[in-house]
Amino acid sequence: MSNFWHWTVIIVVALHIVAYCWLLFATAKKKTDKLADNTTGHVWDDDITELDNPMPRWWLWLFVGTIIFSVIYLILYPGMGNYKGTKEWTQLGEFQAAYQEVVEAREETYAAFINKPVDEIIKDDTAMLLGQRIYANNCAQCHASDAKGGYGYPNLTDNDWKWGGEFETIIQSITNGRTGIMTPWAGPLGEEGVQQVAAYVRSLSGIEHDAALAEAGAPKFQMFCTACHGPEGKGNQMLGAPNLTDDNWLYGSHEIIETALYEGLQGHMPPQNEVLDEHRIKLVAAYVYSLSRK
Amino acid sequence: MTEFNEKVIKQFTIATIFWGIIGMLVGVFIAAQLAWPALNFDIPWLTYSRLRPLHTNAVIFAFGGNALIGTSLYVAMKTCQVKLFSEKLATLTFWLYQLVIVGAVFTLPFGFTQSKEYAELIWPLDVLLTIVWVMYAVVYFGTLATRKVKHIYVANWFYAAFIITIALLHIVNNLAIPVNWHLSYPVFSGAVDALTQWWYGHNAVGFFLTAGFLGMMYYFVPKQAQRPVYSYRLSIVHFWALISTYMWAGPHHLHYTSLPDWAQSLGMVFSLILFAPSWGGMINGIMTISGAWEKLRSDPIIKMMIVALSFYGMSTFEGPMMSIKTVNALSHYTDWTVGHVHSGALGWVAMMTMGSLYTLTPRLWGRERMYSVQLINTHFWVATLGIVLYIASMWIAGVMQGLMWREVDASGSLVYTHVESIKATYPYYIIRFLGGVLFLVGIFIQAYNTWKTIKGEVRDEESMVEVVGEKA
Repeated sequence: MSNFWHWTVIIVVALHIVAYCWLLFATAKKKTDKLADNTTGHVWDDDITELDNPMPRWWLWLFVGTIIFSVIYLILYPGMGNYKGTKEWTQLGEFQAAYQEVVEAREETYAAFINKPVDEIIKDDTAMLLGQRIYANNCAQCHASDAKGGYGYPNLTDNDWKWGGEFETIIQSITNGRTGIMTPWAGPLGEEGVQQVAAYVRSLSGIEHDAALAEAGAPKFQMFCTACHGPEGKGNQMLGAPNLTDDNWLYGSHEIIETALYEGLQGHMPPQNEVLDEHRIKLVAAYVYSLSRK
Repeated sequence: MTEFNEKVIKQFTIATIFWGIIGMLVGVFIAAQLAWPALNFDIPWLTYSRLRPLHTNAVIFAFGGNALIGTSLYVAMKTCQVKLFSEKLATLTFWLYQLVIVGAVFTLPFGFTQSKEYAELIWPLDVLLTIVWVMYAVVYFGTLATRKVKHIYVANWFYAAFIITIALLHIVNNLAIPVNWHLSYPVFSGAVDALTQWWYGHNAVGFFLTAGFLGMMYYFVPKQAQRPVYSYRLSIVHFWALISTYMWAGPHHLHYTSLPDWAQSLGMVFSLILFAPSWGGMINGIMTISGAWEKLRSDPIIKMMIVALSFYGMSTFEGPMMSIKTVNALSHYTDWTVGHVHSGALGWVAMMTMGSLYTLTPRLWGRERMYSVQLINTHFWVATLGIVLYIASMWIAGVMQGLMWREVDASGSLVYTHVESIKATYPYYIIRFLGGVLFLVGIFIQAYNTWKTIKGEVRDEESMVEVVGEKA
């Protein structure tokens, strides 16, 4: 802050503290012309009077004590304008020191398991506990506390992977995030086409469907859908295109099919590399990896 | 004998109880929503976020405000031995003030808000409130100016400080540029806006809920106890120290934020210095009653007042402690803060108001006493139990939340998720709800007792001393 405000703050604070002291001691010592009955002699509303008792000593010293504390505090810590205080304390400094301490401590903890193969990491109770907590605070908001996901959020416990379940792939998904896009097909397919393709997709999972519609949908599926979902509809993990043959639906149930065809879908998992460092990503990836291998 | 303008005081008295019921009812409802969220019934204007500002505005400005304006005008008349400066203006103040409150009821639940805590009202209502407040100030200070008593009684200093400062706070914090009939943007931005908001927010506590109610205390406690005020000197010192120190305390609401370190430090040290000036009022109140301890057995109104003063002392001890940065790092954003506020709001503000209204009501309507003294006693116990349940549960919940939120494991991860802390808080939300219900029952008892008193009925009952089995 400018010199003007620096000195304004100091002077106003100092004057205020001096004023307290004056108020306390001048009033405490002041002799009043009190009456024999120890009242001030003022009477209001017939019966309200005031005694002229001295202020309680303990209260005065309490007041003085808080003032002394404050003066010392303002010498030690920032408060008087630009003055930094003898301890040169800042809240940012306090945070950084505490953060550094945690980082150093955790690298020590990690050393016991972090460079081992994943199959050993998932057998380490400490590693799994730490991984679970990272998961709970960073992933559970979407994938749920039990990791079973929700509408639009994949279940991480069923060993059915949209983008691949290899340890390295999971690390990739967490680090850089994933964006899955299905474009709308209402245009090329038309109303009737959507119904036909939907019936065909249902047939892939063995769900009840209109056989005639499904038959008509098959060639259309081959024309428009196989580029991503593959000729057999088993999906493509390189693109995040789901397997359509397993009756396992990211968006609730098979009732999503028509909506998906009409309007398209997009799923987004944000990258975590700005939130979690490499080792923490590895730990939480190992935890996620372990969920479908229990 | 001077003829006093009692009609408008009666109106404020009834409005106090009416809005007290509304405000507390909403409070109990949203407390229930925290325990059972389904109670929002998926109706937007019934959700917690919409009703919470309605609750705070109703209890602070409608219940507390009507109590303060009503008693201040009454006390001014009585201690100055004059009629009101202008009865017409006072009556207009009353009705326009109710209009502001009704305006709040019909805007806040529907999402019309400035989103500033305790200053949610949209700009047209802010303008109306400013006009009403100036009218109120004219009546109040006009009455003091025409007084027939030489000295201005201490209660009036506090009321005066309350009126002037609230005007200042309200205007500065609501400086905004309107863009349409309900939307406006504040002239301040960023950390300056935050500091202005909490300068306002904390002084709303300091001058509305503390100085104003100390004014009430300074008249009604000696009146009811029939004892002289303990120390004139103490009242002078703690008055000046209190009103000058409160101005600095706001930054403690912004510890460990983007507010500069130096401003946080000053907020903290002045909050600590505020401890003794606050206790000055408690000492003066309790020591005033101390010559009349025997009345604790016979007069439940005195019991209410002594409990109010005790809660005042407790929350003004707790407040400075919570402003210490290391304590604040634990307590901030937890339910401890909510408990702290309610120990002041229920324990001090509401108890002092209820006690004072029990003193005032029979005098206003020319009755010998309230319809039933025993019902006052019942009210006292129900309310006290309610407060204890409320505060104790929120203390435990708050400290628990603070500890859970900061618990970090060897990987630097939080040990608990936020939702786990909410789950752990669940039983305390239920206890808090029950405490609120009891307190609400209390004001219903008062409403009934007041209704009967106004009708002129007196319940035939044993005196309190006989009830506890002792001879007077």
